[in-house]
Amino acid sequence: MIIYGVAILAFCYVVGQIFGEFLGKIIGVEANVGGVGFAMLLLILLNDWLNKKGYLDKNTENGIQFWSQMYIPIVVAMSATQNVKVAISSGLIALFAGIVPVIICIVAIPFLAKLSKNTQLD
Amino acid sequence: MEIITKFLEKNGLVFAFLVVGLIIYLSGIISEKLTNKKIPGSAIAIIAGLVLAYMGGIYSGGEKGISDIKIFSGFASMGGSMLRDFAIVSTAMGASFLVMKRTGWVGALSLFLGIILSFLGGVIVALIWGYTDAISLTTIGAGACTYIVGPVTGAAIGASSDVIALSIAAGVVKAVVVTIGTPFIAKYIGLNNPYTAMVFGGLMGTTSGVTAGLAATDPKLVPYGALTATFYTGLGCLSCPSILFLIMKLFFV
Repeated sequence: MIIYGVAILAFCYVVGQIFGEFLGKIIGVEANVGGVGFAMLLLILLNDWLNKKGYLDKNTENGIQFWSQMYIPIVVAMSATQNVKVAISSGLIALFAGIVPVIICIVAIPFLAKLSKNTQLD
Repeated sequence: MEIITKFLEKNGLVFAFLVVGLIIYLSGIISEKLTNKKIPGSAIAIIAGLVLAYMGGIYSGGEKGISDIKIFSGFASMGGSMLRDFAIVSTAMGASFLVMKRTGWVGALSLFLGIILSFLGGVIVALIWGYTDAISLTTIGAGACTYIVGPVTGAAIGASSDVIALSIAAGVVKAVVVTIGTPFIAKYIGLNNPYTAMVFGGLMGTTSGVTAGLAATDPKLVPYGALTATFYTGLGCLSCPSILFLIMKLFFV
């Protein structure tokens, strides 16, 4: 059933996010540390395990697939609620302080990507 | 007329589904007819979203883009962090655990490097603009990480409110630049495989920018970029007000 898929996804989300909240608390920051990441890892592992046990049918999977298909529409809605006005009207310093780091990081990407490709070959 | 607006306000989320569906449909047509599919429809839709956010901000004077206009208030639920993170997690279904494990340490390295490089970039810009005190420099540098790290850092080390506002603006600019820029630079930086996507997520860090940018480039890459980016804001909130601030205090008053 569809709801099983949605519930599995919700389970991973809740566990991962709560873990992220606690991790943030433990290292003393006012932010969720890696909650989404932990939830994703949990989903991958759970999905793998359920598949091996044969518990996943097409409908259950569809309950999860639906949300990954909704991802782009949700991102469109998210960008429509960004504070774009403040980004544009805060003057040149905000513009540069936002753009310069992006450029610096872009330059670093090929270098780091090479490192990860080298690891691949091991 | 009033009946309709009242109805749309009450049923905001469903109305947002309808409007977003229309935006994506029109973007698909624009992509095909005007750009010959060179610019993907999803990239056009996301940029259209940003334009709507700007117009909404101008019209309403609020901070939440188009959702500050009452009949579009459902955009706040649809594009809010709960549904966004829920959908991001679901993209992990098709992701390979093996790839994540193999790129793990480079991903971690890219996180630390991403925070330090962004911080330095922000500090350099602030210096050029005449800021010389460690608190302001650190806050603006933190804002160059993400728009959450900036105010958290600023509040922790006691920055003035206009500097904090500036740090938020810098973070929003970064998110917007990454969103729009990613599909266009992807070719040049080899952003077409999960390994590079993980490095990209770690270096850029801004979850909204990274996930939107990757969605517009190639939706298959989203889970890999999101996986590293999700650690960035937390690590930034950890390191900016502490070790990076202490280092700044060595060089500035």
